[in-house]
Amino acid sequence: MENNNAPLLEMRNIKKDFFGNQVLTDINLTLQAGEVLGLVGENGAGKSTLMKILFGMDVIRETGGYEGEVLIDGQEVKFSDPFDALAAGIGMVHQEFSLIPGFTAAENILLNREPTKKGIVSEAFGPRLNTLDYKEIQERSAKAIDKMGVKISGDMVISDMPVGHKQFTEIARELSKENLKLLILDEPTAVLTEKEAEALLQSIRNMAAQGISVIFITHRLQEILSVCDKVVIMRDGYVVKDSPASELDVPEITRWMVGRNVESAHAAEARELPDARTILSIRKLWVDMPGEIVRNVDLDIKEGEILGIGGLAGQGKLGIPNGIMGLYEAGGTVEFDGKPIPLNNPRACLSASLAFVSEDRRGVGLLLDESLEWNVAFSAMQIQNKFLRNFGLFKWRDDGAIRAVTNKYIDELKIKCTGSRQKAKELSGGNQQKVCLAKAFALEPRFLFVAEPTRGIDVGAKALVLEALKRFNREFGVTVVVISSELEELRQTCDRIAIVSGGKIAGILPASESSEAFGTLMVSQVV
Amino acid sequence: MKNNQRAKFNLGRLLQDNIVPVMFIVICIICFPMSGYSPTYLLNELVTRMGRNTFLVLSLLIPVMAGLGMNFAMTLGAMAGQIGLILVSDWQIWGIPGIILAMIISIPISILFGIFCGNLLNKAKGREMITSYIIAFFMNGVYQLIVLFMMGPIIPIIHDTLKLPRGYGIRNTVSLLNMRQHLDNLLAINVAGIKIPVLTFLIIGVLCLVIVWFRRTKLGQDMRAVAQDMEVARNAGINVDRTRIIAIVMSTVLAGFGMIIYLQNLGNFPTYSAHTQIGTFSIAALLVGGASVEKASISNAFLGVFLFHLMFIMAPAAGTAVTGDSMIGEYFRTFVSYGVITVALIMYEARKRRTRSATSHLLALAQQEEEARAK
Repeated sequence: MENNNAPLLEMRNIKKDFFGNQVLTDINLTLQAGEVLGLVGENGAGKSTLMKILFGMDVIRETGGYEGEVLIDGQEVKFSDPFDALAAGIGMVHQEFSLIPGFTAAENILLNREPTKKGIVSEAFGPRLNTLDYKEIQERSAKAIDKMGVKISGDMVISDMPVGHKQFTEIARELSKENLKLLILDEPTAVLTEKEAEALLQSIRNMAAQGISVIFITHRLQEILSVCDKVVIMRDGYVVKDSPASELDVPEITRWMVGRNVESAHAAEARELPDARTILSIRKLWVDMPGEIVRNVDLDIKEGEILGIGGLAGQGKLGIPNGIMGLYEAGGTVEFDGKPIPLNNPRACLSASLAFVSEDRRGVGLLLDESLEWNVAFSAMQIQNKFLRNFGLFKWRDDGAIRAVTNKYIDELKIKCTGSRQKAKELSGGNQQKVCLAKAFALEPRFLFVAEPTRGIDVGAKALVLEALKRFNREFGVTVVVISSELEELRQTCDRIAIVSGGKIAGILPASESSEAFGTLMVSQVV
Repeated sequence: MKNNQRAKFNLGRLLQDNIVPVMFIVICIICFPMSGYSPTYLLNELVTRMGRNTFLVLSLLIPVMAGLGMNFAMTLGAMAGQIGLILVSDWQIWGIPGIILAMIISIPISILFGIFCGNLLNKAKGREMITSYIIAFFMNGVYQLIVLFMMGPIIPIIHDTLKLPRGYGIRNTVSLLNMRQHLDNLLAINVAGIKIPVLTFLIIGVLCLVIVWFRRTKLGQDMRAVAQDMEVARNAGINVDRTRIIAIVMSTVLAGFGMIIYLQNLGNFPTYSAHTQIGTFSIAALLVGGASVEKASISNAFLGVFLFHLMFIMAPAAGTAVTGDSMIGEYFRTFVSYGVITVALIMYEARKRRTRSATSHLLALAQQEEEARAK
């Protein structure tokens, strides 16, 4: 009967790599029944991967599984898919809603677990022809909603609900499972208003009081302190701090989250350009991009500088370039070099000598099935009539010029490939990213947006990409705006860094400022 | 703010959303005096045609509910029904027993066709309608293979009257004279000169009840979930592919029954072309009733059949009265069917785009509001 003393959940020496890229190293954590554990860390620190392992998600198995042990009630478990995890009493509420929009809250809470009544037909043709017991559905969903201590009508249709109610519906769905022992909440308050978030925190306390353990992932540090029993802080795939919440405060957590070795985190050659004039001025920008909020953004960018835009996921940093470049519907005014830029019109932006390296390499950035030559020259051909020979009535592609320019960038950016004719999809992620840069460079723009240039690429390629951006800026005087989730890389590359929080610019600091100051800005207006 | 917009009654929006039925009502009102038909004649024709067609149109509802859109491949069910009728008429089992036997024969064939079609549609998620349209063309070839070459040498056909002179294959027309309107005449009553085929309507009524009941079953609920978001449904443990296949199989079986009801009313059928346009016409009728690709109700089916046929009865007469050419009616029939489907499909996409830009609009408004508050 020693299992009675075993913690509800124990993870021992968890290791995980994605194709040689180590993302989790020796993770240990324990969780008792009825305990609330706060899991914090920067984007990419490994929180989500850890939770995916715990929940048995397919991606983990498809990428070669993990090392280490997961124990539940002292017994080692290996989940082969999320349904195993559900059966073991683990529930997870993901960042994206997983609800049927046209169904009521009650129908969603009991989706595919609806109580039914038998009939004559179902006796003959099987249980799927049982009729639904709507009364029982109402009662059971109401009970699950009650467990949270909030008031939501089970009859309300999801698509008519405010986000907060959707979030509660998701949690209620997990709570309606009788055997639920552990609930994972992945940034549940990211989309909530302050009042809704407070209600959610209260319901977390209620759940814990009923013996349900909770793992709570959030960027709102105040919430962690107010609701969690213990806090685990992750950074770069390691657990760097694991202590009771009562022994921590917000500045300390921030320091643990972002503070690398202070020595190594040097803001290299951050320049001050006091005399530079404003080249791009953004006023009252809003962007309608799924998963991002951009509202009322005012930002001035100086000619010749490298400006970083940082911030937590979903806070709007990606929405800004995507909105300005016309990939998502946007409003407000944007002036480039004194002239207004029409929004929602990608062509006009490109013609005005702006360029954009999208975070969505495979979707927006590249023609995957075409050769490198085509990829590099495509935009320049379309927008600026470069690499074309004009024969009066018709234009002809100048293949010689295209090959020359492609080879030039292959050399300059050290793109690893078999030649300029290779197809883009055959390259590795890092090299694809370099091709995207080459494509933007070939436009010879005066202004360049680069979104998440180092996402999913290895350390060596990272340094090269950042170096190339810097050189492009220094040699040609191109103004560059780098959008990145990784503060450290911004600090190494940029002159100034704007931090986005809650869809707005929370502040702009010189890159030489301490990590802590940036960390404070990041969480300042998180909504 | 959102609620305000919804509460405001918007006549323009209402017309825009129901453009197809409204258009038809207008055409019918214009055609009625020009056609010169008496109301009794019109009603008589209408009742007959509603009895003939409604079952077929209702067979389309379940795939719409499961998010598969309009099932053009209901033609497969029609083929199964026709094969059943050919065999029954060869065995010379007439009247009601013949009709029932034909239905029973059609069931396994429909199920087979439905499983085949459902599996193909699962491989073409998001493009179900065009795929089912092409499957219907493709299966027409299979049907011809069976009826033109296999009936005789492989599937025994006894009576020479059914066979082509060369000794195998079925003649161009199959006569159902001995079961013509047997279903319609049983229990038929006559009200003020209008013949009402009570039994046929009873069968249609039972199907409506079955559909209403089906919506309340676990399977029906699963289909609605799959229709709205396959990913969420899958995460909840619903077998998405199987659910979709069941929806298509049900539709195919019902279409087979519908075709038999349709053909017993007509009394004979052209072996190689009876089924070809039945899908298009049934879908056009359903759309005329105000259905869309993702939402179709029983009342849409009834209203659609009513309006569609009202126009088809009057259009030839009205056309003749105006132009003096009686062919105009037949031309009109095909033209309108395809036209309606095109308009309905475009409307569906346009509406989706409108909702999308509405959310952007709301975002802009929210920002203005916030600014106003800040001042």
